[in-house]
Amino acid sequence: MRKLLSRFRYHIAIFFAVIGPGFITAVVDNDSGGIITYSDAGARFGYLPLWTLLPITLLLIITQEMCSRMGAVTGKGLSDLIREEFGLRITFLLMALLVLVNLTNVMSEFAGIASSLGLFGMSKYITVPLAAMAVWFLVVKGNYQSVEKICLFACVVYITYVISGFLVKPDWKEAAIYSVKPVLMLEPSYIYMLLGMVGTTIAPWMQFYLQAAVVEKGITAKEYAQSRIEVIVGCFMTSVIAFFIIVACAGAIYSVAPKPIEDAADAAKALKPFGQYAFLLFSAGLFNASIFAACILPLSTAYSVCEGLGFEAGVSKRLREAPIFYFLYTLLIVVGAGVILIPHFPLVRMILLSQVLNGVLLPFVLIFMIKLINKHDLMGEWVNPRWFNVVSWSTVVIIIGLTLAWIGVSMRGMQ
Amino acid sequence: MQPFGRARAAPRTGVRMGENLLYFTELLSMPVLDLKGRRIGRVKDAALVPLVNASRIDRLLMGGGDAWLTIRYDQVGSISLEKGISLSDEKLVPYHDDEYMLRIARDLLDQQIIDVTGRKVVRVTDVTFGIVNDGVRDTLTVLDIDIGVRSIFRRLFQGVLPPRWIRRLQQPIPPNSIRWEFANVVEPDPLRRLRLNISYQKLEQMHPADLADIVEDLSPAEREAIFETIDSEAAADALSEVEDPKMQASILEALEPEKAADIVEEMAPDEAADILSELQAETSEEILDEMDSAPKTEVRELLEFKEDTAGGMMNTEYVALHHNATVTDALAALKGNEDLLEGLNTLFLVDGDEKLVAAIPLARLFLASGNARLQDLAAETLVQVNVDEKQDRVTELFDKYNLLTLPVVDEDGKLAGVVTADDIISLLRQK
Repeated sequence: MRKLLSRFRYHIAIFFAVIGPGFITAVVDNDSGGIITYSDAGARFGYLPLWTLLPITLLLIITQEMCSRMGAVTGKGLSDLIREEFGLRITFLLMALLVLVNLTNVMSEFAGIASSLGLFGMSKYITVPLAAMAVWFLVVKGNYQSVEKICLFACVVYITYVISGFLVKPDWKEAAIYSVKPVLMLEPSYIYMLLGMVGTTIAPWMQFYLQAAVVEKGITAKEYAQSRIEVIVGCFMTSVIAFFIIVACAGAIYSVAPKPIEDAADAAKALKPFGQYAFLLFSAGLFNASIFAACILPLSTAYSVCEGLGFEAGVSKRLREAPIFYFLYTLLIVVGAGVILIPHFPLVRMILLSQVLNGVLLPFVLIFMIKLINKHDLMGEWVNPRWFNVVSWSTVVIIIGLTLAWIGVSMRGMQ
Repeated sequence: MQPFGRARAAPRTGVRMGENLLYFTELLSMPVLDLKGRRIGRVKDAALVPLVNASRIDRLLMGGGDAWLTIRYDQVGSISLEKGISLSDEKLVPYHDDEYMLRIARDLLDQQIIDVTGRKVVRVTDVTFGIVNDGVRDTLTVLDIDIGVRSIFRRLFQGVLPPRWIRRLQQPIPPNSIRWEFANVVEPDPLRRLRLNISYQKLEQMHPADLADIVEDLSPAEREAIFETIDSEAAADALSEVEDPKMQASILEALEPEKAADIVEEMAPDEAADILSELQAETSEEILDEMDSAPKTEVRELLEFKEDTAGGMMNTEYVALHHNATVTDALAALKGNEDLLEGLNTLFLVDGDEKLVAAIPLARLFLASGNARLQDLAAETLVQVNVDEKQDRVTELFDKYNLLTLPVVDEDGKLAGVVTADDIISLLRQK
């Protein structure tokens, strides 16, 4: 028995040894926003959205790769670089937008906590404040490193989606066709869904987080090749999970009756092959993802902002040394959790909206990234290859186009 | 240089409180007036030429028409917030990039610098100048580097609100600046460092732990720049204080092998061995080759031991005496080893075969007379470990016997080195 245990420990050790910033980012990518957005896409549109996954994966790889390359070559964070190259005003504006959008993301993480525990009848008035306090203390006073390990390991729960994806006996032929056949519709809900898909997979805050993590880990340009592989593997992992969430929801919900996800109980139906355990598994997965992201997101936001604006930052600093950092960090958690406590707050709709806002902000962050990574005096021989620029600039155009189309179509619908 | 006689003094009007200060945000896009008071352009940047003067603004760069023009400091008559800059000599030459210039907007604003007194890395938001009138002309001198909320406020509203309003509105915000003398610009390019007269001598005076914190906040290229320039002793002290072994290794790796060897020679042998063992075999060989023979052999010996054994943890900085030695002998030995004194708390006695026989707490020497035998002052129990002893066991002994220094012996019982409490603390913190 003891031998078995030590072998198990050995395997866990290996598991964590290969984990770097790229892998962690990939896991955090499937946060509550991810789960709900993919579920909603599958439940509402069936297999139709699957085609987006290929281009989104490509784009995810490209953006993550750019960030980690910038981090490795310059040894500086993304907001640092934006500040140094574009000045204070632009940095301030971008940081203000980032805080706003990330605030909705924090809300969505707490909404995820509220809805996952709500499945067991636990009141959000108890769970959300407790979770908020737990997150604050864990990161500021406690041992975040061990929490990170637990959360990463708990992400094994996602495998249930893969299993469920097979058990619901989806129409594989249709799934295969729609994986490569783009479908475009000028319908507000469809465009909204597309923006959400892009925004949740390639969230702007993750670019800041990833680059900071690469710098923090001290990865240099020389060792960068390894990290690149890790980033690419991580991106594929994210997309495979997304694929199975959509397929499971398409098979279990859409094929019965297409309907949008209204609450966590709806989304949990995707795991119904697990019978009575479906709720438990879904709840565990959503809770884990939400609390993990709720730990990282406010911290990463406060870091990026303070670095960009030149304030002291870091949980190793004392309150007196880094007042603005702690203020921002606390504010994000308090407001993010506080809003969720409003009676009858539409939790799921909040989650979906936050991911769409991610999608709207993304092209602006991308523009700065592309401009930075093409600066020769910054990146030297590591500037972007041509095709990278082509793909990323077209993405910027497409996403801004999507945003405009969404606004245009919705406005016309309102008249 | 222009002969001073040619410059005409413009009379200064209405000197009020705070009037002798000017922020860079206000200087930017300030109008430049020719002798007849016509506006000929606006200020685009200002530059110091540190080799000539460390704080006087030597050139103003003016944009007007297509090309930028250079205004030398002695071509300026008066500078005021209301009227802008009035020239006393309007023969301006076109601007071309001068390698000896430190340009405020390009090289300083939004960049990171080291605050030597505050011992941290800060980001420049604005610069405060003093307007100095020498009876002939107004000259700008850099007084402060502004970093706080107040300067962010100025930057955000610069050009949006009139400067007077901004000055009034910023009053309630407490200022946060550092004096220019205590600001150290970080420049990775060695040639440019020379041309801009940038040195890191001020950093050498800092506590090594503070310097290490600063270095950890910088980017790899900047880190390298600092270690390249400061003297080897300060570099060695700071490098041992850098917490992350991976970062220590990458700093050494980036340096020229000769410089790296100089630094490693200055380090305690055990720390040197620890860092070298983090490097690739090739690089650490290169560095070892460059070292002097005495420290090299010590470090090489230490490198032989496995990292997680007493041998891998120990250093060879100890004082050992013959077991018949007296207190006077001990004092003489200490006089010869002054560089060890700072961390020393135990003396060791060895017999004729160099075998360890006793440990003497240093403080006991103070209470003994000069001819007392050291043996009589020895600690009651002699705790020692073999070089192969496991790391965990060593930590355990420190805890159990409340040790400050633990002697390590080889298989013949000969004293090989010591493990000190600071090694244990770093080890436990890393876990």
